[in-house]
Amino acid sequence: MSQPGTVVTPKPHVAHEAHHEELGFWRKYVFSTDHKVIGIQYAITGLLFLLFGFSLMMLMRWQLAYPGAALPLLGRILGEARMPGGTMLPDFYNELGAMHGTIMVFMGVVPLAVGGFGNFVLPLQIGAPDMAFPRINMASYQFFVLGGVTMLASFLVPGGAAQSGWTSYTPLAVLAGTGQTMWIIGMIFLITSSLLGAINFITTTIQLRAKGLSFMRFPFFVWAQFVTAFLLLLAFPPLEAAAVMQLMDRVAGTSFFLPSGLVVSGQALTVAGGGNPLLWQHLFWFLAHPEVYVLILPAMGIVAEIIANNTRKPLWGYRSMVYSLVFLGFMSFIVWAHHMFMTGMGTAMAAFFQTTTMIISIPSVVILTALIISLWGGSIRFNTPMLFALAFLPMFGIGGLTGLPLGLNVTDIPLHDTYYVIAHFHYVVAPGTIFGLFAGIYYWYPKATGRRMNETLGKIHFVGSLVCMNVIFMPMFIMGMAGVSRRLFDGGASYAFAQPVLHWNVVSSWGAWIMALFQIPFIFNFFWSIWKGEKVGANPWEATTIEWSAPSPPPHGNFVAVPEAHRGPYEYSAPGAPKDFVPQFEAQ
Amino acid sequence: MDIPYTVEVRRDTGLNNGKIGIWLFLASEVMLFGALFASYILIRTGAHSWPRGDTILNVPLATFNTIVLISSSVTMVMAWASLMRHRFGTFRLYMGGTILLGFVFLVVKYFEYGHKFHDGLFPSTNNFLAIYFTLTGLHMLHVFGGMCVNAYFWGPGSKLWKTNPEWFTNRVENSGLFWHFVDLVWIFLFPTLYLL
Repeated sequence: MSQPGTVVTPKPHVAHEAHHEELGFWRKYVFSTDHKVIGIQYAITGLLFLLFGFSLMMLMRWQLAYPGAALPLLGRILGEARMPGGTMLPDFYNELGAMHGTIMVFMGVVPLAVGGFGNFVLPLQIGAPDMAFPRINMASYQFFVLGGVTMLASFLVPGGAAQSGWTSYTPLAVLAGTGQTMWIIGMIFLITSSLLGAINFITTTIQLRAKGLSFMRFPFFVWAQFVTAFLLLLAFPPLEAAAVMQLMDRVAGTSFFLPSGLVVSGQALTVAGGGNPLLWQHLFWFLAHPEVYVLILPAMGIVAEIIANNTRKPLWGYRSMVYSLVFLGFMSFIVWAHHMFMTGMGTAMAAFFQTTTMIISIPSVVILTALIISLWGGSIRFNTPMLFALAFLPMFGIGGLTGLPLGLNVTDIPLHDTYYVIAHFHYVVAPGTIFGLFAGIYYWYPKATGRRMNETLGKIHFVGSLVCMNVIFMPMFIMGMAGVSRRLFDGGASYAFAQPVLHWNVVSSWGAWIMALFQIPFIFNFFWSIWKGEKVGANPWEATTIEWSAPSPPPHGNFVAVPEAHRGPYEYSAPGAPKDFVPQFEAQ
Repeated sequence: MDIPYTVEVRRDTGLNNGKIGIWLFLASEVMLFGALFASYILIRTGAHSWPRGDTILNVPLATFNTIVLISSSVTMVMAWASLMRHRFGTFRLYMGGTILLGFVFLVVKYFEYGHKFHDGLFPSTNNFLAIYFTLTGLHMLHVFGGMCVNAYFWGPGSKLWKTNPEWFTNRVENSGLFWHFVDLVWIFLFPTLYLL
């Protein structure tokens, strides 16, 4: 709406604030509307949840490697209801499994990748003073915390946390204990949080980009966040609808997901019936497949930035990468039922979804190939961010390619719900996405703090993590192809056919525990560098994108002078230029 | 620090931030209600028998409510139009009318619900009532949410009119867009649940 004749005058107290930006502790660090503070809040909370989710997994790995063996010390702390005499109860194992998935996906990786990096980096990279809706941004973080607290509190309710897997398949989830209700309420908070974030990201990208920054001059990271925001905006509401219906089933006694004649423990359920358990799966995967791309796209964006910067070359095929990204985002909405080949769907449906699944692998391969070709002929700087970014390529490659047999109906049938699936998607998310996120932390840390993280500690962290990740997940491919099912409380020990591969469980578990040790240098480095890291200027990596024109750390409002984009994002080693990089923000 | 394009439009997009924000929000709302309507279709097509809506639900009351909600959309537009003409007094009147009509809708719904409960018809009775209570319940929450926002702009939020009338007008327009959406959802709900 435009109204001619009205003059916009900033409110006097706003102008006042702009001069005096000395806010109190609470307004500055806790209830801040500054995108950088919110980004850091998101990132740190996300990292804590990643650590917590990882700890749950380390407990599970004990039970898988040594089924039924008493866990000294820790068993006593966790109490009789969970680990009597140090031996894990099956219910507790299920709690750990469900909450590991939920926490890692919804409270660890996404908040760090989108909430953390998106909030901190995106406005800086497009030359914006802040997000378009700063208060909504703050609310987004607060809903996230609320959701996180609800999920954590669910461990303490009678019967423990949700036990029906992170997928919460019905009718199992409808019949589960109180923890499941907490899970649903927690999810509704998290969905609200990401909805508010997504609206903010899209509006900010469209409206607040700097003068001269057309869409094809966006750094690839901005594109990745932009597409991700659309996925969050449009894919999460159907899960919210499903969550509401599951809540109704649990609380109001409806039968959305309960079929007629359901018998539980030998007793017929007294419900109206007539519901459809597969309806939940459809609605869940309608979110959860785009969610896979929500997990991976921001990491691809980070890796693209770091590769361009450290090869000192423009990205190879930037335009193809952008088109692939947009196509990928669109396609991700019509592949969901490849998670459901085992539900007895007809061949026509299966053929459709396996075709779309094969098609969606093409843009992923285009992006990955473009990133690999970008390395060709570059004089590569092997610093810690670059090492993580380089490791992302083969690790994500393994994860992606091992997904193809799962996308084809015929090969999915023997592999479905085995450890092969676990190995496949963990290769995508753990050494894939999480390495991308580590790369991003090392890369933008100087922008956030004004100091660089220690390189030696970073390299120890990198080598240890890379080796351990493969030690953890490679054996799972072998176990999966031998036919060992996932989600088994004893890791397959009670199955005769699993005996020849069971020892891999021990290898995998030790890989996980040793990897925990290799995170200690990172945690130490993260805090130590805040005070003791090497001091750096505005552009320590000699990068070209706009965020590096702001001081490190950027002040409230970000830029000293209003930035302007004069060229594309990756003008490295341009012939005839005085330096090997020509920043986007320099008029020259 | 001021965020650009909060009030004025950005030249190359032709929009201000709030307008994009509210449309994105409505897009996500379409997905929310779309998923519920899709679930309705799936459950109904899979059912052995499905009651016609008018055998259980009160069509005259719902027709009345449809008229109420459509009228409230009209008053909402009038409220915004009054601001465009710089008539704050008429804005208050129309906005008050919108809130009141929303309230009437909720009261009618309260009696409808009460009547169902009195007859022993609960969400758990069958899947028709389950989807009826879920869809209309969620819709009522949206009506209530819209009323809260409108009440804020009618009351304390209207202080902005004195300092920045254009911004205030934009905000009322955006809350109007939401209100029309809520109205539109009902226009779909009414035939789907009551008549089919």
